[in-house]
Amino acid sequence: MELAIKYGFLALMAGMLIFFSLATEFFATPRSAVFIFQSVSITGILALGVTATLVVDGFDLSIGSTATSALMLSSYVMVVWEMSAVWAVLFCLVMGALVGLVNGLLIVKMKVPDLLATLGMMFLLIGLQRIPTEGRSISTGMVMPDGRVTEGVFAPEFLYLGRHKFDFFIENLIPVSVVVLLVLGFIVWAFMELTRHGRLMYAIGSNERAAELAGTNVNRYKVLAYMISGVLASVGGILLAARLGRGDIASGNNLLLDSVAAALIGFAVLGAAKPNVFGTIIGALFIGILLQGLTMMNAPYYTQDFVKGAVLVVALVFTFALSKRGGAH
Amino acid sequence: MREAAVKIQGLTKAFGANNVLRGIDLDLPKGQVTALMGANGAGKSTLVKVLCGVHPANSGDVRLYGEPFKPGSPSEAIKAGVVTVHQSINDGVVPDLDVASNLMLDELAGGDGFFMNKRAIRAKARKLAEAIGLDVDVQREVSELGLADRQLVAIARAMAHEPKLLILDEPTSSLSAKEAARLFELIDRLRAQGVAILYISHRSSDIKRIADRIVSMRDGKISGVFEGETLDYEGAVKAMLGRAMSEINLDIPTAGEAILRLEGLALRADSKPFSLDLRDGEVVAITGLVGSGKSELADVLYGQARPAGGTMRLKGAPYAPRNQAVAIRAGVFRTPKDRASNAVIQGFDITKNITLPFMGRHSSAGFINRRSERDTTQRMVEELGIICQHQSDDIGSLSGGNQQKVMVGRWMAEASNLLVLDEPFQGVDIQARRDIGAKIRETAKGRATVVMVAEMDEAVEIADRIIVMGDHTIKGEHRNENIDLDKVLAQVAGAGESEQIHAG
Repeated sequence: MELAIKYGFLALMAGMLIFFSLATEFFATPRSAVFIFQSVSITGILALGVTATLVVDGFDLSIGSTATSALMLSSYVMVVWEMSAVWAVLFCLVMGALVGLVNGLLIVKMKVPDLLATLGMMFLLIGLQRIPTEGRSISTGMVMPDGRVTEGVFAPEFLYLGRHKFDFFIENLIPVSVVVLLVLGFIVWAFMELTRHGRLMYAIGSNERAAELAGTNVNRYKVLAYMISGVLASVGGILLAARLGRGDIASGNNLLLDSVAAALIGFAVLGAAKPNVFGTIIGALFIGILLQGLTMMNAPYYTQDFVKGAVLVVALVFTFALSKRGGAH
Repeated sequence: MREAAVKIQGLTKAFGANNVLRGIDLDLPKGQVTALMGANGAGKSTLVKVLCGVHPANSGDVRLYGEPFKPGSPSEAIKAGVVTVHQSINDGVVPDLDVASNLMLDELAGGDGFFMNKRAIRAKARKLAEAIGLDVDVQREVSELGLADRQLVAIARAMAHEPKLLILDEPTSSLSAKEAARLFELIDRLRAQGVAILYISHRSSDIKRIADRIVSMRDGKISGVFEGETLDYEGAVKAMLGRAMSEINLDIPTAGEAILRLEGLALRADSKPFSLDLRDGEVVAITGLVGSGKSELADVLYGQARPAGGTMRLKGAPYAPRNQAVAIRAGVFRTPKDRASNAVIQGFDITKNITLPFMGRHSSAGFINRRSERDTTQRMVEELGIICQHQSDDIGSLSGGNQQKVMVGRWMAEASNLLVLDEPFQGVDIQARRDIGAKIRETAKGRATVVMVAEMDEAVEIADRIIVMGDHTIKGEHRNENIDLDKVLAQVAGAGESEQIHAG
């Protein structure tokens, strides 16, 4: 039983890889690996942010809309304001940090429950990102509400972030976004596991009152968690914009659910029964493999959502009902 | 004695290895108010929870008017006629519903039918409210009412069931004197109707006003029953706190320099200011009943509350901590009471629990130095005799006594100016208690130590000096040598007018 809890999910993932390799002709090919990496990277980066808020026993529902806001903002900066890629990235990161700051302050200062505060922020951002263009997608040559025709273009170094692939044994295997995910994953992991700040954040998540009585500035760490979440979501949005090459209003619908699922599946990895960075990345990979496999088996999109939901439920059962420390969260 | 409404015999209840009730024998006569007293952890609330159906008993017999009474749930207990008004008022009412729905809540929850007959509900509710003298519009929301009215709503709700036994758990703790007077009139009326009332309180004024008999509890047993014309309140307090019979011989050192001086400190605007010196190397036990001001004093020392007046000086410098972080920086540490909710970090191992407040000492540039953490933990495990397989054991795998040692070790790992230990022996076996006590005394040099305890034998076991608090001020102080316990207990019970105190 112990073993099942600890390694069950990894075994399930291995089984899934074997199944898809046998069931479809092209699953076990470099090309499909690239697809998986690409889809995993953005979900994974957002899921790292979800993990940060889960660690302090919070929750951020606004990450998906923060990412799409970053997508629209970076496009707007380059296409409408005709500024450089560096500015586009900077604007987005600052926006993400601000969104996180507001979320955090709503929660710790205004005492709004985390789910409601970030839900409100989600709606606010979904609307806000459409106001400047009156709901249209942003691309070069589009007509603005004031009649002006946009002349800016996506900078090539910006598109590089989304489209370049590094060689790794095989040519063009590793997209830039995967490298970004691995670097950010390592940084967040090191922060959570190796620094005293991460330790204190876990303490807050387990027993806020005890952490406070031990002298921890609980509010500051909670705000920090939401700011990490906001910044990571904006990084996800930047990478999405760079891949698409336009400010597509309809993109990123699944980002919130997929990344939350990845972080929650992470609870079940190696029997951690708590939010953890390694598990989150495995969770994101798991979802990526699952979706790619189902796509290659020509499963329609709605069955994908169903399977994703089923996997999430199973993962949560693994975490909470089967492991003895189920109540720890 | 009158006919007993409730007869309890040999009632026991254990949570795991922790025997909370060790054989309760108690009769509750009809038409009488029985006051129940007991220190923290004596088992009062467990007894109440067994009677009102929250916990099943392990063994023993409870009879209600001769019938066996074994409620499987709170609603079964209510149906059988045992009704409880809990201490925290908001447990008894639903603030967002109107008064009428609150009064009829049990009927709504357990009744038949699908649609509510609002008019009938209101009419019934009005009758109930009238019967107990609750004078509010039943259509008002409970959240608009004051605390006293909320409490009356909770009691009125209980009355809808024509209770045979009414349990009131510290009902006056948040009421003003005037509001309490209204409650007492109501209790008088219920008593006249023949209801047996179990009244849990520590307030001598309440007990003297309302009780027909006093029952004291201690260590999960009834330790005294006091009846008759004039109730022996002091005797009941003694029975509850126990006579100290300590085998421990303390060697009381001469205290050093004053480390913390409290001057004219007023915990509340209307409480009497007091002064107190806490000295180097000295262990001071502060004792007093619930509500005596012990916790408020600990809060003030640790920066969690501001005093209403007076000043504090720490090693000569003014000391007025804004929050606990400032207090910790000044070298004032506090182990809080109730470790489960205030101290233990579940899911962390022993090491992580011990080093929590001083992560800065165990890290450089933010990165944790595991070796330094391990060394500190190893030292505390050895010094306090924490029984564990390894210092990476999860805190949840330790016994209560060992968990408490970890919590004390957390604050003993670093040198302090003042160490405040708030009920450090709560839920701890005798061996762990001796270990912790010995360690506190052994390391006392170099700091001032304050131990907040309710139980007298704990105070006598550990302290150089015992200070009695009551009414948010100091009622007496005693050097712990040939101590006159009767006098101490009298002060705890609030008898014996307080002498002019200037401690130190």
